[in-house]
Amino acid sequence: MVDSKVPPGPIQEKWTKFKAQAKLINPSNRRKYKVIVVGTGLAGSSAAASLSELGFQVDVFTFHESPRRAHSVAAQGGINAAKDYKNDGDSVWRMFYDTIKGGDFRSREANVYRMAECSLSLIDQAVAQGVPFAREYSGYLSNRSFGGVQVSRTFYARGQTGQQLLQGAYQALIRQTEVGQVKLFNRHEMLDLVVDQGKTNGIISRNLDTGEMKIHMADAVILATGGYGKIYYLSTLAMNCNATAIWRAHLRGAYFAAPSWTQFHPTSLPQLGEYQSKLTLMSESLRNDGRIWVPLKAGDNREPNTIPEGERDYYLERKYPSFGNLAPRDISSRAAKEQIDNGNGIGPLKNAVYLDFRDAIQREGIEVIKKRYGNLFDMYKKITGMDAYKTPMMISPSAHFSMGGLWVDYELMSNLEGLFVLGEANFADHGANRLGANSLLQACVDGYFIAPHTVMNYLAGMKPNINKDQKSGEMALQESKARINKLLEIKGSRTAEEFHKALGKILYQKCGLSRERNLLLEAKKELKALREEFYRELLVPGNASQFNLELEKAGRVEDYLGLAQLIVEDALQREESCGAHFRVEHQTSEGEAKRNDNTFKYVSVWESLPNEEYKLHKEDLEFLEIPLTERSYR
Amino acid sequence: MKLTLHIWRQESPRTKGKFETYFLNDLDTHMSVPEMLDHLNEKLIKEEKDPIAFDSDCREGICGQCGFVINGHIHSPEKHATTCQTHLRSFKDGEELFLEPFRAKAFPIKKDLCIDRTALDRIIAKGGYISVNTGQAPEANSILINHDTAEAAFDAASCIGCGACVASCKNASAALFTAAKISHLALLPQGKMEANKRVKSMVSQMDMEGFGACSFTEACEAVCPQGISISHIVTMNREFWKE
Ligand SMILES: Cc1cc2nc3c(=O)[nH]c(=O)nc-3n(C[C@H](O)[C@H](O)[C@H](O)COP(=O)(O)OP(=O)(O)OC[C@H]3O[C@@H](n4cnc5c(N)ncnc54)[C@H](O)[C@@H]3O)c2cc1C
Ligand code: FES
Repeated sequence: MVDSKVPPGPIQEKWTKFKAQAKLINPSNRRKYKVIVVGTGLAGSSAAASLSELGFQVDVFTFHESPRRAHSVAAQGGINAAKDYKNDGDSVWRMFYDTIKGGDFRSREANVYRMAECSLSLIDQAVAQGVPFAREYSGYLSNRSFGGVQVSRTFYARGQTGQQLLQGAYQALIRQTEVGQVKLFNRHEMLDLVVDQGKTNGIISRNLDTGEMKIHMADAVILATGGYGKIYYLSTLAMNCNATAIWRAHLRGAYFAAPSWTQFHPTSLPQLGEYQSKLTLMSESLRNDGRIWVPLKAGDNREPNTIPEGERDYYLERKYPSFGNLAPRDISSRAAKEQIDNGNGIGPLKNAVYLDFRDAIQREGIEVIKKRYGNLFDMYKKITGMDAYKTPMMISPSAHFSMGGLWVDYELMSNLEGLFVLGEANFADHGANRLGANSLLQACVDGYFIAPHTVMNYLAGMKPNINKDQKSGEMALQESKARINKLLEIKGSRTAEEFHKALGKILYQKCGLSRERNLLLEAKKELKALREEFYRELLVPGNASQFNLELEKAGRVEDYLGLAQLIVEDALQREESCGAHFRVEHQTSEGEAKRNDNTFKYVSVWESLPNEEYKLHKEDLEFLEIPLTERSYR
Repeated sequence: MKLTLHIWRQESPRTKGKFETYFLNDLDTHMSVPEMLDHLNEKLIKEEKDPIAFDSDCREGICGQCGFVINGHIHSPEKHATTCQTHLRSFKDGEELFLEPFRAKAFPIKKDLCIDRTALDRIIAKGGYISVNTGQAPEANSILINHDTAEAAFDAASCIGCGACVASCKNASAALFTAAKISHLALLPQGKMEANKRVKSMVSQMDMEGFGACSFTEACEAVCPQGISISHIVTMNREFWKE
């Protein structure tokens, strides 16, 4: 059993009390402590800026050329906060409730409550930084509604909310570099964590422009390295998103929680050919007016507009009459997969479903639809070359968000002392299914409001100790060098990209939207074989002491291959369906996810042992505030 | 689909570069330009040749990481699109394409099509922010902002920092990039306080980095993936001369 260190007392008072009782460091002593932050997305930039404002020395690492390019930049839809500006009955409590329920009762109540609580100040903070959220003509902030809830609590900046929030955080970070409180190491990839007897001492980095590898020691390390959905190869993530930092930390002893819980987004663009490298997300808001359907007859190749009404299956409306096309993400994605698996999929690879605006255009007129979604229709045209005003869009589910990540306690600290994990990289607030617009919030809240208190609380208990014994660092450095050289020396015949694609295929087919024991067992075998082949057949050009994009890729794929095996192990172990984790063996007679609270009301927390063996630890979940209920959207 | 590619190859910042030619005859019109280069690289690696170094990350036009020149077009022959948003259907079967990096003194070439744009971060570091610490913010609705002002600030703030404006400019000026940030912050009540100091130090950093002066050719606006208007440069100049 792992200890979540949730403070005692009523849920409404836990965080206030924690802050009031947390240990402090005298301002003039803070500069003696060094904190390393890896990652400059919303979580990393905000943590680095806030900690350095307090006076700590902060070293920031990102593999990107500029902190502003972190994948937070791509978030479109919005960010939630329980401001209740609409007077529609929203409150911290309701947001807490929605998030726990949305996560299918697989997250920690105290953390989720705190996220909802901190959402209020986050909007204030962002506005003060100059984030141009949408406004009413009166000058007040505007809100819209998002999937899975009945209130309007989403703040947004057109379709570029992540970009705007990230600019706020990036600017706060850059401001601190200017005053000398933050040292920025861009184009530096963290390759390993330096751990000595369960205590985190620093990281190993590689300068991606020169190949130089170095030890960086610190009093605490924060990982804010984002999600790993790109492990599926085709995903809505950026090409370079990876799991290296968290996977290497895991191999050094940090527990990994719920690795297999990945959210598949229902409205991304489908794969059109083998060459394709990513699946672009189309905003979920399209489901407000678009109707989702497939031809009734499998393999029907007719032009969609020539298929008569009676020969179409509006399957979401049919199966979920009350929520219809707006059913939550996991349910919509799974329903689409079912149609595709039955042979009713459409498009050149028969891997998509239609999202049709014909009726909306007839009802409201093309101008209204243009006004509402014009930029999205334009984007669709840019990518596919097709006109969605005339012919229905093709959409399909795509790997999108990692609910799983490194396990952290209430203070966002891993089981390794001095290692903090923030943002999408941790397992925390989203349980088995994330609600739309909650993850930008989580990344921001972790960095601006939680880490500053909990990291200081940790540091206050120790002496600043930058010049620690470098032995553990030296060892880790040598190991990283050896690992890189090993990859270069294989000189086989297959590229890192080929291995990544093969990996993605196995995961999509056997550990994706739905999971089944015998397929998972097959996946386990195939992944083992693929990994062996990787070490036999990998081909990486060039050498280690130069700018070498292929070497970067190879290291990331190597770590993905390791993580993939744990993902399958996790999916196999959990004999229930919850949220995004759908085990075919565990469904209701209506084909819905069937949770098993008697046996699985815990988070699976994994430790890796040598030889691809894993030890399961558990964090029992207590639901003292919100009674366990079944999620129903029918 | 077939294409002949002449691609700028340059080993490192200090070596000389030249175009090399590659023939591809198994392309798909739906491929994006980076996907075409992925495809070429797979071949090159297998032939034990050095793959082409090029940047990209989000591949959906928002991170600002990609970008090179295609047949003289900054980013893309398409209007207001990034390189990653450009698909082969924009070209004719059998066409010859010249791919080369964005050229500007302040953007040294790292390798092949990859350039170093950190000069842009250094401009932002000179005041491209509102000096507010975490925790200081007042309640968000306590300062009202006119709808149109917020929209105008958004238009300026939508810059993705790709450097296309610099590459398109005959003086390699970063005026549009710098002006967009200045204008975004000066428009908002929260950012007005520091506007004058901001514009002076950002503009001076821009000069120091080796970017040229703006001569209002409007080339930058035409290639900007976000279509950011050069009217922000007017705002910047006005702010600069304000007492
Ligand atoms: C297309 C898309 C749309 C989305 N839309 C929404 C939305 O509307 N609302 C919402 O709430 N959420 C949305 N999300 C989810 C949300 O954007 C992310 O969960 C969140 O931004 C993650 O932030 P982060 O700071 O944890 O990580 P990221 O922003 O991904 O940052 C990761 C950072 O870590 C660095 N890094 C990683 N590994 C290493 C390493 N080994 N060494 C050095 N640096 C490293 C990277 O360089 C980067 O700086 C969306 C996600 C996607 C993909
Ligand atoms: S790769 Fe992000 S803008 Fe092109």
